[in-house]
Amino acid sequence: MKTVTTGKIISVSGATVRTDLTGLTLFERVSVGEQNMTGEVVRLEKDSAVLQVYEDPSGLGLDEPVKGLGVSLETTLGPGLLSVMFDGLQRHLDVLAEKTGSFIHPIHLDSSLDLKKEWTFTPLVKNGDTVSSGDKIGYVDEGPFQHPIIVPPGKNGRVENILQGSITLEEALCRLDNGADIFGYQSWPMRLPRPYRKKISPKEPVITGQRIIDFLFPLARGGTSIIPGGFGTGKTILEQTIAKHADVDIVIYAGCGERGNEMSELIEEFLELEDPRNNCPLMERTVLVVNTSNMPVAAREASIYTAVTIGEYYRDLGFHVLLLADSISRWAEALREISSSLEEMPGEEGYPTYLASRLSSFVERAGIVETLSGDIGSLSMILSVSPPGGDFTEPVTQSLLRTSGAFLMLDTTLANSRHFPAINWMQSYSLYQNILEDYFRENFSEDWQILRKRCQEIMHKEESLKEIMEIVGIEGLQEQDRLVMTVAEKIRSSFLAQNAYTDDAFCDPQKTLGIIRSVTDLYMKDQTKKA
Amino acid sequence: MRLAEHKYRTTSRIAGQLLHVENVHAAMIGEVVRVIGPDDYELEGEILEVTKGNVLIQLFGETRGLNLENAEIIFTDTIRQVPLSKDVIGRRFNGSFKPIDDLPMFLASEWRPARGYPINPVSRLRPEEFIETGISAIDGLNTLVKGQKLPIFSCAGLPAKELVAQILQNAKLRESSKSFAVIFVALGLTFQEYSFYLESLQDIESEFVAIINMADDPVMERLMAPRFALTVAEYLAFDHDMDILVLVTDMTNYCDALREISNARKELPGRRGYPGYMYSDLASLYERAGRIKDSKGSITMIPVVTMPEDDITHPIPDLTGYITEGQIVLSRELHQQGVFPPIDVLPSLSRLMQKGIGEQRTREDHRDLANQLYRNYAKGRELKKLEAIVGRDGMAESDQLLLDFASEFENQFVHQGNRSRSIYKTLDKGIEILQAFNLEKQVRE
Repeated sequence: MKTVTTGKIISVSGATVRTDLTGLTLFERVSVGEQNMTGEVVRLEKDSAVLQVYEDPSGLGLDEPVKGLGVSLETTLGPGLLSVMFDGLQRHLDVLAEKTGSFIHPIHLDSSLDLKKEWTFTPLVKNGDTVSSGDKIGYVDEGPFQHPIIVPPGKNGRVENILQGSITLEEALCRLDNGADIFGYQSWPMRLPRPYRKKISPKEPVITGQRIIDFLFPLARGGTSIIPGGFGTGKTILEQTIAKHADVDIVIYAGCGERGNEMSELIEEFLELEDPRNNCPLMERTVLVVNTSNMPVAAREASIYTAVTIGEYYRDLGFHVLLLADSISRWAEALREISSSLEEMPGEEGYPTYLASRLSSFVERAGIVETLSGDIGSLSMILSVSPPGGDFTEPVTQSLLRTSGAFLMLDTTLANSRHFPAINWMQSYSLYQNILEDYFRENFSEDWQILRKRCQEIMHKEESLKEIMEIVGIEGLQEQDRLVMTVAEKIRSSFLAQNAYTDDAFCDPQKTLGIIRSVTDLYMKDQTKKA
Repeated sequence: MRLAEHKYRTTSRIAGQLLHVENVHAAMIGEVVRVIGPDDYELEGEILEVTKGNVLIQLFGETRGLNLENAEIIFTDTIRQVPLSKDVIGRRFNGSFKPIDDLPMFLASEWRPARGYPINPVSRLRPEEFIETGISAIDGLNTLVKGQKLPIFSCAGLPAKELVAQILQNAKLRESSKSFAVIFVALGLTFQEYSFYLESLQDIESEFVAIINMADDPVMERLMAPRFALTVAEYLAFDHDMDILVLVTDMTNYCDALREISNARKELPGRRGYPGYMYSDLASLYERAGRIKDSKGSITMIPVVTMPEDDITHPIPDLTGYITEGQIVLSRELHQQGVFPPIDVLPSLSRLMQKGIGEQRTREDHRDLANQLYRNYAKGRELKKLEAIVGRDGMAESDQLLLDFASEFENQFVHQGNRSRSIYKTLDKGIEILQAFNLEKQVRE
């Protein structure tokens, strides 16, 4: 067991605390003050250390104790994560509500998972088998899933003893000949990517059910899309709609610095809605990591790491996972607040200069991989961005543009005319388009690509004709141009626009093709006539 | 916990409203200190920073007259607390939560920290009960619901306060059996505005609490006043099951105060000089609105934001819009046309509207009707731009119809003078205008 060391607080400034405790390691988890607030070591000096406290620091005083816990900030992974709502530090919010009521008070919770809960364990290996990191030793039934129990990275050996039947997470399920115990859960440092055998280049799409995304700007399994948009452009609604309908096994939704009321709405809807594939509530395939805007800023910074680590864990179990984060700008702002409280030299717009590198290493945790046990699992990301003043030249959007594969630009003008999803079809792009071409052709239709080109052509023509029309009026246009305008209007209103509150919220690829084919038919007839 | 109050006379530096004290034995972040100046002049302050033996204090109020020798600093060993009781209703306070209505302070039955605690997201209840404001452009197209935070984005010179007064006079829930109170928070108000609001408050039927920080009151109080108000609101709403409407005017003054204090603390400035944590700070206020599962009460919030230079992308409206559940935007153009309230429904939005309208909430045709009005008006407004180029005669007849509809919508539906309209009247008015232009059927197709 790691030793616990104790020291004292020698200064406090906001959530930045200095302690005389030595022997700490960088990014070690600490317990600060009499209330046992969670903190992390962010800077080490010769005879003191600087800590970042993850709670509201009011009431923290001099000489209060600081304890080094010998581990870094970790995420607990195992059965029981699904349908739970965690805060940024992976505290179970329902358990927190039982303890401190409707308002969150800084308290320490022992474990993120219920270690006493009974599960039925079915072993897949027997005594004498050799197992290594990532191997499945068995599974427990969790809602609609069989949750595999895997050997944590770094452990291997011959199975000496393995349990069967009713188990809890706190008992060792399997003992190896070298004395190592394998539990139903494992811990992983959240800031460190989980290991895998190798990354594979993506070939399949994530079907989101949003026509404009699937058809024009598709997302690959293992890829990353970003959705920047000013306020009121429908980022959250779009993310939530995708969370409901995307064809993935597991959805991780990170509400990072956003509204509390939206989260309560999301939970209620996810409980009511069914997953069409197994008729279980959508909540049962979802993990929520929620740090609303009024919850502590440092925990907000940690929240996306908690979310991505949980995502990687399910990827390692061989599932297809989609991580939705709303919004990365709030994470970046938290990073900025922390950086400025540490008196670091600011870069562009006050953000620390490591913003871009942190972002790109976060985005790189997405991917489709061959897991340690040889399965295929994927983690795809859709990240929303809230650029100040709707100005896309700001650092967060720009950094993300460099690392992500698809850019879905939300347009305030479209949103004001209540065209939703307000994705601008002229400026958005997806680098996965070409990679996924074959898949679409083989699985849906030979002319997928042709139809897409045609649709884009019409929208481009409309754009240039619009300017002319503004001067000469629609009457002044030639007949075929007028046809383009009519068809484009049809594409906009009945294809690109999609109501998130009706049955239209999800549109499968066949239906998507059907609509675009019938809408552009008129235009095609005219073209052939001309030819 | 310390048993006695600590007193110090070891001030080492005073700069503006910041005070450094040396050789302090024990202190904690957020601790309240009292500073006694010459002639028993007393100030309050809060501890910002503690380093071994040295303490940095933020003072609330006028620091003129203090010097390094005469200032006596008393450490109280408590963090800032708000006295609470139901007797707070009907009273007026200043930004330090001291009574200004010539009555003695009420007896507190409980004390709670002004900063409050964040509501656990799992304990929140989805806001969905309709609040009737009597304003067609709000009730009909940007419906307010209980537990929502819906700001009014105004520009200098627009009648925001008249609109607010009208909402105050009419605001009611569909089920009027429950107790309802208004908490009015004035931040940096001029005397003229203050007397206007006070008169309107006296006219309203519901009960109220007023917390007033005038334009010449200490800036620091501007940051505290809304926190006192929201702590009172939480107490009344969640301990006494009341429905509370919190009205804050003007958040622009709040943000300017935040910038001023941040600057005095020598913090790094962000966009337009506002501190980088302004989003989190605003969220710590706005997010206190809502409903929770173990109480019948609710906190609904209407902050007023005056957009500097009429610019909606200015950091104050921008960050506000990112936190609140929509916005009501006032338009200078409509105001000049004589429309009251001059609400521009196109950039306005209520994110929680979908849940608050329809059968059992308002009327079953509400959603459909709102969509039709909105769509036709948006088209009409779009055509107005075209009209400016090609002239009305150059436009198709159907376009001319939409143009007329847009003006009629502004003058008949949005414009209502100082008469309030019930939701049914609002909806009927909408149908009437659509029918007059024969547009109702077209859209339904």
